[in-house]
Amino acid sequence: MQSIERAAAVLRLLAGGAGRLSLGEIARSLDLAKGTTHGILQTLRKVGFVEQDRASGQYQLGAAMLRLGTGYLDVNELRSRSINWADPLAARSGEAVRIGTVLEGQVLVVHHVFRPDDTFQTLDVGSLLPMHATALGKALLAYGATPPASLDRFTSRTVGTQRELAAALQVVRECGWSADIEELTPGEASIAAPIRAYGGLVVGAIGISGHVERLCDSRYHPRPQLVANVRDAARAVSRDLGAARR
Amino acid sequence: MTERYVVAIDQGTTSTRCIVFDRRGQLVSLAQQEHKQYYPKPGWVEHDAAEIWRNVERLGPEALRRAGATIDQVAAVGIANQRETTVLWDRTTGQPVGHAVVWQDTRTDTMVSELDTAPGAEGVRHRSALPLATYFSGPRIRWMLDHHPGLQERAERGEVLFGTMETWLIWKLTGGLHVTDVTNASRTLLLDVHTLDWSSESLAFFGIPRAMLPEVRPSIGVFGTATAAFPGVRIGAALGDQQAALFGQTCFAPGEAKCTYGTGSFLLLNTGSELVRSTHGLLSTVAYQIKGEPAAYALEGSIAITGSLVQWFRDQLELITSAPEIETLARTVTDNGGCYIVPAFSGLYAPYWRSEARGVIVGLTSYITKGHLARAVLEASAWQTREVVDAMNADSGLALKTLRVDGGMTADNLLMQFIADVLDVPVVRPLAAETVSLGAAYGAGLAVGYWPDLEGLRQNWHRAAQWLPTMEAGKRETEYANWQRAVARTFDWIQA
Ligand SMILES: Nc1ncnc2c1ncn2[C@@H]1O[C@H](COP(=O)(O)OP(=O)(O)O)[C@@H](O)[C@H]1O
Repeated sequence: MQSIERAAAVLRLLAGGAGRLSLGEIARSLDLAKGTTHGILQTLRKVGFVEQDRASGQYQLGAAMLRLGTGYLDVNELRSRSINWADPLAARSGEAVRIGTVLEGQVLVVHHVFRPDDTFQTLDVGSLLPMHATALGKALLAYGATPPASLDRFTSRTVGTQRELAAALQVVRECGWSADIEELTPGEASIAAPIRAYGGLVVGAIGISGHVERLCDSRYHPRPQLVANVRDAARAVSRDLGAARR
Repeated sequence: MTERYVVAIDQGTTSTRCIVFDRRGQLVSLAQQEHKQYYPKPGWVEHDAAEIWRNVERLGPEALRRAGATIDQVAAVGIANQRETTVLWDRTTGQPVGHAVVWQDTRTDTMVSELDTAPGAEGVRHRSALPLATYFSGPRIRWMLDHHPGLQERAERGEVLFGTMETWLIWKLTGGLHVTDVTNASRTLLLDVHTLDWSSESLAFFGIPRAMLPEVRPSIGVFGTATAAFPGVRIGAALGDQQAALFGQTCFAPGEAKCTYGTGSFLLLNTGSELVRSTHGLLSTVAYQIKGEPAAYALEGSIAITGSLVQWFRDQLELITSAPEIETLARTVTDNGGCYIVPAFSGLYAPYWRSEARGVIVGLTSYITKGHLARAVLEASAWQTREVVDAMNADSGLALKTLRVDGGMTADNLLMQFIADVLDVPVVRPLAAETVSLGAAYGAGLAVGYWPDLEGLRQNWHRAAQWLPTMEAGKRETEYANWQRAVARTFDWIQA
C-alpha cells in the first residue's frame, strides 16, 4: 500500500505544474531511492499515467491521466488488439463474433467477425445493443457497468426486474461468463466473457451469437465447448492487453 | 493419419515467425523472434543471415512445443520470405560473406542508373519484365562481388554461393541443397520470365558467374528433406512474401487480387498463365508455379507509404498515441474538409515513378482541424490503392471485381469502407490474418498431398468482414479529381 501512496505522490508532483522532470529530480523531491522511483515510474508509464520524453528521458503526466473519466481504452485500439483472437474464435465455434464496450448505458459493438459460412452478412460495428438482454451486456454489467434504469422487454425470456438482473449478474460473476438465451430475439442465443486489461479492469466483452439449437444443448444450456472457446479468446485478448494471467 | 499439421516459416524484414497450421488452415501456434537491423550508412540496410538461421533453428521446435505437436505429426514445411534481400556465403564453411543486403538498401543507386543506359539494358528489362532498379537482387550481387577482394574469382569457381532468404534457409535446412523458387528468382533481374531459368545474357550483363546461382525450381513441389530444425520433414514450398499472401488469399484465378496493408502496401493481381507487361508503371512478376504446371503470373503495384503515414502522424506530429486512434480522431469529423495529404516522402512510386516529387498537404484553411488531417491520412491510402487498381485494370484488361485485403490496417473500419467507396468494389477480409504464412503452408501442404487441390484450399477461405461501396458516383469523381490535383502539386519539388 506504501507503493500506492508513493505513486500518488509522483503523480501530484508531475501535475504540480513543474513541466517535465527527470528521474533524479523526482527521486530527490520525494526523498526516495532512485531505484524505487524508477520502478514506480515504469509501472505508471505502462498504464499510461506517465509519459517519458523520447529525447530527454524526462517524465510528465500521460494522456490517460487526462482522460481518466472517459474510459481509457480507445475502442479502435481494442479492435486492433483483439482482431487476431476474434478470428480463431469464429473459426472454432462456427459462429459470428462480436466485441462490445459500454456506451451510455448500452453495448457498443466495436468489432464484428462474420459467421464463417460465407452467407451474406452485414457488418454492424458501431451499432448499439441493450445491456440486460445480451451476453455481452451482462458480462459488462457483472463487472462494474451501471445497469440501465428501465429494463425493456424484448421476449418473454428477457430479464424483467432489477432483482432478477442482480441475481443473473451474481451468477455471471461466479462462473466468469454470461449467456442470453432467446432474451433479445426468439431463436437466438449468445455467450460472452469479459476482456480485462491491467489490474484486472474489465474494458470490454467478447462473445459469439447464433441459433439457439447450435449454441445450446438439449437441456437449453450453453454448450460447454463453446463456453470454453469464448473464455479462451477472452483470456488471450486480456493477456495481450496486459492483464495478469489467471 | 498421424500427419496433422503443416508448418510455415515466415522470414520477414523485421522478424522471423514459425507458425503451425491445421487442416482447416487455422493457426494452432506461433513463435516469433525479431532480428537485428544494421544501418551502417545512410541508405544501407543489412541483416545477419547467420542470426536469422539460428532463429529458425530455435523457433521451429518452439512452435511445435507450443502446439503440443511432435515432429512426425508435421506433413511439410513451407517458406515465405522477405524478397530481394541478398545473401552470399562460402560453400565449404557455410559462413555468410558479410551481412545480407536488404531489399530497402539503396547502395546500388549510382551503379543502377549507369547500368540503366548501358548497352544490353533493354534486353535485361525485356527478359526480366522489370525496370532496372535498386529494389532487385542482381545489382546487389554485383556490388558485393565488387567490394570484397577476390570474391569474383571464388564465385567463378563456385566456392561462393548466392541466394535470397529462402535459398539460404533451404541450404541450411537440408545441409547443402542450393535451390530457389521462381517467384524469388523473378525478383533478381537475372531470370528470363518466359523460360523460367537464368538468362545467360542477363548474367553476362551484370558479370555474375552462373556457378554461384541456385537451381530454379517451381514454388510448390518438394524441394528436399530437412536435416536440421525439422529433421525428416519435407520442404514443400517456397514463395516470396507478397506472392505467398496472394496464394494464402486463394487468389488462384485470373482477375483475383489482394492488397496487404502494412507499413507499405502491395497489391497483386493474378493474370493467369499470361505474363502481362505493364505500360502503366506496375511490375510483372511470377505469382507461383506448381510443379508440373505452367507458372501463374501477377501484376504488382507497390505503395511505399500507407501504414507508415499513420506512424508519421503518431510519432512525428504526435497527434495520436497509437495507430488505431487515427480512426477515432478521423471520426470526430464527417469529411476531409477539403484537405488532402500526398505522402510522397521519398518520391512517388507506382504508377507515377517520380523520384523528384515530395509530399504535400493541400487545401488548408482556418476550418481544418486535426480530425480532417486524420481523415486525409487514411484517405491517402485509399486513393493510392485506386491509382494502382486503375493501372492494373488498364494493363490487364480485367476489371477488378472485389479486393481481398489483409495486414494490420484492415482493423481500421473507416479506411476499409473508404477503400470500397473509392474503388467502387466490395472489399473483403478473410478469416485468417496471417495470409503470408498461410500461403507458404498451403503450398507446402499441397506439394505433399496434405491438401488435395486448389479447390480444397478455397474451401478453407471464409469471409470475416465485407465493406460494400456506398459513395455516390458524382462525389467519388470529384474527390478523385481533387486527389489527382493534389498529386500534381508534388511534382518537380526536388530540383536537379
Ligand atoms: N487501426 C489502424 N488504423 C490505421 N493504421 C493502422 C492501424 N493499426 C495499425 N496500423 C498501421 O499498420 C501498420 C502495421 O501493420 P502490419 O501488418 O503489422 O505491418 P508490417 O507487416 O508491414 O510491419 C503500421 O504502419 C500501423 O501504423
